[in-house]
Amino acid sequence: TGVTALHRSLRHGALVKAEEGIVCMCEERARMLQDQFAVSVNHVHALAILVATFHYEKQPPALDQDTFADYTARTSFERPLLSGVAYAQRVMHADREAFERQQGWIIKTMKHEPSPPQDEYAPVIYSQETVSYIEGLDMMSGEEDRENILRSRATGKAVLTRPFRLMSNHLGVVLTFPVYLVDLPPDAKVEDRVAATAGYLGGAFDVESLVENLLRQLAGNQELVVNVYDVTNHSNPLVMYGSEVPLGAPSPSHTCTLDFGDPFRNHHMICRYRSEPHVPWSAITTPSGVFVILMLIGYIIYAAWNRYDSVKEDCRKMEALKKRAEAADVAKSQFLATVSHEIRTPMNGVLGMLDMLLDTELKSTQRDFAQTAQICGKALISLINEVLDRAKIEAGKLELESVPFDLRSILDEVVSLFSSKSREKGIELAVYVSERVPEILLGDPGRFRQIITNLVGNSIKFTERGHIFVQVHLADHSNLATEPKVESVANGINGHIDETSVVSTSVPHNTLSGFEAADSRNSWENFKALLSYDTNDMAYGSDSGNVTLVVSVEDTGIGIPIHAQGRVFMPFMQADSSTSRNYGGTGIGLSISKCLVELMSGQINFVSRPNVGSTFTFTAVLQRCERNAINVSKSALLHPLPSSFQGLSTLLVDKRPVRATVTEYHLQRLGIASKSVRTIEQALGVLLGRNGTSLTSMPRKQLSMLLVESDSWGLKMDVPLRTRFLEMKQNGCESVFPQVILLSLADSDKMKAEYAVDSVITKPLKASTLAACLFQSLGISITQANNEKKHHGPDSLYGLLLGKNILVVDDNKVNLRVAAGTLKKYGAKVECVESGKDALERLQVPHKFDLCLMDIQMPEMDGFEATRQIRAIEAKAHEQRDNADNSDAGSTAKKAQWHLPVLAMTADVIQATHEECTKYGMDGYVSKPFEEKQLFKAVQKFLGPSASS
Amino acid sequence: MAAAALRAQLNALLANMFTTGMVDEQFQQLQSLQEDGGSASGFVAEVATLFIDDADRIIADIAALLDQPVVDFDKVDAHVHQLKGSSSSVGAQKVKLACMHFRQFYEAKSKEGCLMALALVRSEFCDVRNKFQTMMQLEQ
Repeated sequence: TGVTALHRSLRHGALVKAEEGIVCMCEERARMLQDQFAVSVNHVHALAILVATFHYEKQPPALDQDTFADYTARTSFERPLLSGVAYAQRVMHADREAFERQQGWIIKTMKHEPSPPQDEYAPVIYSQETVSYIEGLDMMSGEEDRENILRSRATGKAVLTRPFRLMSNHLGVVLTFPVYLVDLPPDAKVEDRVAATAGYLGGAFDVESLVENLLRQLAGNQELVVNVYDVTNHSNPLVMYGSEVPLGAPSPSHTCTLDFGDPFRNHHMICRYRSEPHVPWSAITTPSGVFVILMLIGYIIYAAWNRYDSVKEDCRKMEALKKRAEAADVAKSQFLATVSHEIRTPMNGVLGMLDMLLDTELKSTQRDFAQTAQICGKALISLINEVLDRAKIEAGKLELESVPFDLRSILDEVVSLFSSKSREKGIELAVYVSERVPEILLGDPGRFRQIITNLVGNSIKFTERGHIFVQVHLADHSNLATEPKVESVANGINGHIDETSVVSTSVPHNTLSGFEAADSRNSWENFKALLSYDTNDMAYGSDSGNVTLVVSVEDTGIGIPIHAQGRVFMPFMQADSSTSRNYGGTGIGLSISKCLVELMSGQINFVSRPNVGSTFTFTAVLQRCERNAINVSKSALLHPLPSSFQGLSTLLVDKRPVRATVTEYHLQRLGIASKSVRTIEQALGVLLGRNGTSLTSMPRKQLSMLLVESDSWGLKMDVPLRTRFLEMKQNGCESVFPQVILLSLADSDKMKAEYAVDSVITKPLKASTLAACLFQSLGISITQANNEKKHHGPDSLYGLLLGKNILVVDDNKVNLRVAAGTLKKYGAKVECVESGKDALERLQVPHKFDLCLMDIQMPEMDGFEATRQIRAIEAKAHEQRDNADNSDAGSTAKKAQWHLPVLAMTADVIQATHEECTKYGMDGYVSKPFEEKQLFKAVQKFLGPSASS
Repeated sequence: MAAAALRAQLNALLANMFTTGMVDEQFQQLQSLQEDGGSASGFVAEVATLFIDDADRIIADIAALLDQPVVDFDKVDAHVHQLKGSSSSVGAQKVKLACMHFRQFYEAKSKEGCLMALALVRSEFCDVRNKFQTMMQLEQ
């Protein structure tokens, strides 16, 4: 519509312009026509005046037909548009005869008949040759001519007839001028004029030729149609020029009024264009251009919108796909978790059955098959566990516990887990925990163990000789050692691997086993530096709650190829495909370890050199947990080491200082003071006291053990050692013959036979193994020493329990027997019953018991119920006694209250809280089996000197 | 001399039991009780025998319970608890751990799981029983 509007406006503009043009042209033509006409009229006027001049004062006038004809013929160039002029004389009827006589003809009408008598006549007397045929015709005989004549002589002006066809077949008008005998003033009256009239000059005016000539001279003639009308009678316009029928189309036209000098007649000129004014090009091109542009813009917008739509749609699809993918991922994890669990359950059954099968009598082949099946099953289970862990971690479902645990015992567990393997391979496996690492830490022991187990497991897998060494330090002071030494790295890169390996085998490195390690930070120099921190800086860093541990696992295995080092922590990636062939495993373990370490807000990284070994190091942030902050019950969880070695001292012979430090660490945990020397010779020197620094560090302590590393045991050293001991005994230097104990990787029996020693401890070392072995080898002497210690005063269990009557209630015979045995050891008199009911029987007041230890979970009557009844009995006894008191006033204070201390015995020290026990009238609880310290603490309150007095 | 050899063999056996984690410190305690002389000399043997008989019975009971079409898990719980008590008293660490492992299954009321766990308990128990019996023979 806009376009059409534009088009219309343009057309309208063009139309307006055309109209203006036509007005302009029409006016111009009209004026020119008017002027031309006026010029012609003026010529006729001049002729009329000439004729009049001939009439002045002259009768008959000095003019005849010949003169007139000659003159008009010769001056016809002045009136090109007049076909001819003629002069008619006014003849009154009275003069007719005279006139006719004079002229020699009679007046005829227009129809060439003799004129009937009239008032007056106007016969043509002079005429131009071209119109000589009207000579003698009475001009007044024609109605119209008569009118004209009358009008002209009344006004004295030129008068026009209406248009008619001339002899030349052109449209024309007849112009009539009056000729007066006298010169009349312009304001003369009509009567005067009529009276003065002498005759009339007339001429036929060829209007058509006039207009034709005129238009021919003007520009733009072709396109213009000009019509000239006589509109004296408005209802019937007469055509003077142009086509009779006006063009039907209402094309723009203009009408001009023409003044031809005759006020009676009105003439119009109408101009219009010959053809329909054509629409200007711009009116078409501009709108169509605009239209095209608009269309283009519209298309662009449309296309853009389409694109936007499709992009939006795509985006929505992507979103949906993303959601599906995420859902699928979650589903995958859930599926993995579920399936893993479902597989694990029956697999446990399979493994259990295989275990049982292996216990039966089997042929060797059968045993072999069963063992293979079991190994495969175990591998499968561990794989599934790892996948499950991985899935859990990915699903974000793995949450770390925060419970107190003993890091050292965790490491002991790891060691015991791998001890058989390391022994088979003949690898040294050692653990060292810095003294500054708190004894109890808050964290997730299971996951911590998993990480270390994983790393150690890997190391074991890839190590054929040398050692695996696990160290735990605090982060703050192991910083100096965390930078791998440049030289060792340089060794790895500069290509002299052969050379270095030669060096590593020929010159023993100062590491745990003497083999070179990838990361030289574990060499003796660094280690010593760390140790010095340990001893010097004990007070440091106890303010903050967090403890950052640095754990490193060092091995002397095959190392990780350089090209594979980048993807070590990626799941299911192994160094190369041959790895899994040669060593098994899935390669998922390290990625899990990495996740776990990150969950503990730590980092894991490694240094590895092919054919030298790898050292994995990770940090973990755990919480500090002071031992006294944990309640007693929980400490029972933590498997404290036996304390019966306190006060012993040993001499350690080891040529490797790192290994010696590890051994000392274990000894220290058992409370055994130790001194290490490099060689047997030095040891002998120390024993003799020759060496200046000898035993001054442990004064007054009895040397009870000589620990010798098997590779430090020189050949034929046993004989001199024996003799030395004998000498010493004879000299009275030593009251007790020190036990000589060999530390060895190999099987204990063989070694013992090979070396003349009292006992052999098979490595890897851990505190509890060491303790057990020392128990075995030192045996009686130690327990005697302990006994002696225990006889001291009332602050030992022996002092507390000696001679006390104790009732132990437990439905479990084994427990009962063990409890009784333990208590008897401390000198108590023990009675055992197997049910709550029996206990109640024994505890009827009055009774002899000082203490009752009660199991909680018992059939029929549980510990809580039994205690409740005991209290009821006691209450009853009080009542009776109170009654008795009323009668007998002299009662002693000793029997003031019956209140038997009842202690719960429970294995689930976590579940049994103090509150729960006291709620049922119990006085506390002891762990089952008894733990010395805890038992002492629990019992002290009731049987201690203050309580019993 | 034969006595010494036996003694050595016994020590080796005990050391092996410790290193494999079959028995824990509690067993040491028992041994020390015996060596104190405070108790009868056959104390460890007596406790071990008691334990073996008790555990045998309990395991049979649990097996019978699990054999039922409808398993009374509360009873299983009670039995396992007892066995755990016994084993921890005597220091049979592996049996104790197996009992702890058992717990998750009767809590989940999974008969399958219980059967498996029982198998594990039984196998651990067989191990420790064999060792104990050998030990007692050597002690005599």
